[in-house]
Amino acid sequence: MLSRTKDVNRVYWLIVLPALIMLVAIYFVPLGNVLLTSVREPKPGFANYELLFTSASVQKTLMTTVRIAAITTAFALLLGYAVAYAMRAATSQRQRLMLFCVLLPFWISVLVRSFAWLTILGPQGPINAALQGLGLTDEPIQLARNETGVLIAMVHVMLPYAILTLYANMRGIDAGLVAAARSLGASRFQAFRMVFLPLTRPGLIGAGTLVFILSLGFYVTPAILGGGRVLMVAQYTAIQINETSRWGLGTMLAASLMIAVVGALWALSRVIDVKRLFGA
Amino acid sequence: MSKLQPSGIVAAFAWLVLSFLALPAFAVIPVSFTDTRYLALPQEHWSLQHWQAFLTSDAWVASIWQSLWIAVVSTVIAVGAGTLCAIGCWRLSSGLSEKVRSLMILPMAVPTIVYALGIYRLYVELDLVGTALGVILAHAVTGLPFVVLTVSGSLSNLDPRLEQAARGLGASVRQTLRYVIVPNIVPGVLSGAIFAFIHSWDELIVVIFIGGRALFTLPRRMWDGINDNLDPVIAVVATAMILFTLLVLTAELSLRARRAS
Repeated sequence: MLSRTKDVNRVYWLIVLPALIMLVAIYFVPLGNVLLTSVREPKPGFANYELLFTSASVQKTLMTTVRIAAITTAFALLLGYAVAYAMRAATSQRQRLMLFCVLLPFWISVLVRSFAWLTILGPQGPINAALQGLGLTDEPIQLARNETGVLIAMVHVMLPYAILTLYANMRGIDAGLVAAARSLGASRFQAFRMVFLPLTRPGLIGAGTLVFILSLGFYVTPAILGGGRVLMVAQYTAIQINETSRWGLGTMLAASLMIAVVGALWALSRVIDVKRLFGA
Repeated sequence: MSKLQPSGIVAAFAWLVLSFLALPAFAVIPVSFTDTRYLALPQEHWSLQHWQAFLTSDAWVASIWQSLWIAVVSTVIAVGAGTLCAIGCWRLSSGLSEKVRSLMILPMAVPTIVYALGIYRLYVELDLVGTALGVILAHAVTGLPFVVLTVSGSLSNLDPRLEQAARGLGASVRQTLRYVIVPNIVPGVLSGAIFAFIHSWDELIVVIFIGGRALFTLPRRMWDGINDNLDPVIAVVATAMILFTLLVLTAELSLRARRAS
């Protein structure tokens, strides 16, 4: 009986294998190659990594990346919290409609959404047309091809992640606790601040980390709405490869990005179940 | 009655944010009917000129077909390998198989630009740059997480004793899979297939790097169009992609409803 169980287990390992082989050969090998290249080209050693501290243009890119990711995270948490809270309080029919509004943009590709923002915010777009129509401005206001445009579109892309993570957390909170605080004489704001808000801390940490690390690696949105003026690290990396063929610098930036993201996820996994953030 | 009562201001604010989420993508629809040669709302009248330009352009139509068949083939591979992997991990449920399942999710977390650099270097060595096979393999492996996640979700609702009973009654592993496990997880597999398909259909960054001179999927041609000359045909493509996505989303939602009932 025991040997039969072993045989069966072997069969089940066998069916795991195709996916595992694919993942190792076409995913992990290339990632390993990026790490190796970053310490091998143009010559062996950590010279590429020194650029993180010495090169002005690399540092400027890193600052831009962290600044945009941080501002995006702040807005996504603030707006997302309000939506998740309203969803938690809504009737189940309303909830479904709200969830649909959250998932709809989630499904439309980032490229299409970034392009949509470019048309909305552009000089001939509806916002500038409305402003000029109302006589509020004579000249079109520059809303795209700068950091404002990048931030608007990035918050738009990141909000669903924040809302879904916060909502998952809030769903697990017993609303009776808030009602109890109210019946004990707390005002609505006090009950929220002293009972509900502390209970959503894990959700805030999870959503904040997730949005921040996903924002760090953004390429398409800043490239389209930044108009070449707002360089985040992913686009800067692509330029090193495609335009100047500086593989050492490019792979070093990519490797640093990967280490930062995976490291942050690993740290987060010690606090909350990270797999749930990705829908598991 | 719900026990949480957000104030009217909070609720109104929430709906404002929700419309900020849901509406902007649709702005491309009127722009696609513009009578101007630049990106703007229709000025004098609505015009079909850019739709006509899109549908009669060999380059755009070729891109649609290329995107479609690459997405179909990579989805088939991802669904096959991913479903088997999820079933294996579910049945084994050991520490090691749990680790395998966690590894499978990693492609969702690592920034795509990192992978794009790595796969480009690998494909230069293997001479796969600019080949459909190369793009299909890359899309299949990055589509795996979606399939493993949705199928694992379906399996977690399945009683493991069902598998044991089938085996106890003398069914081989192949028969158990074919007649007991797979029929019970069909909605999860289909959901995974839809996610994997959309993933490949929308994928841009990897294809920019490994597409070479031969492969211009719809997102890549759109990307080039945005960077070269912003003409309203791109709004037409964006509209078509949104409509297509809505179609697939409706299919997914009805699957989800069926699973729930």
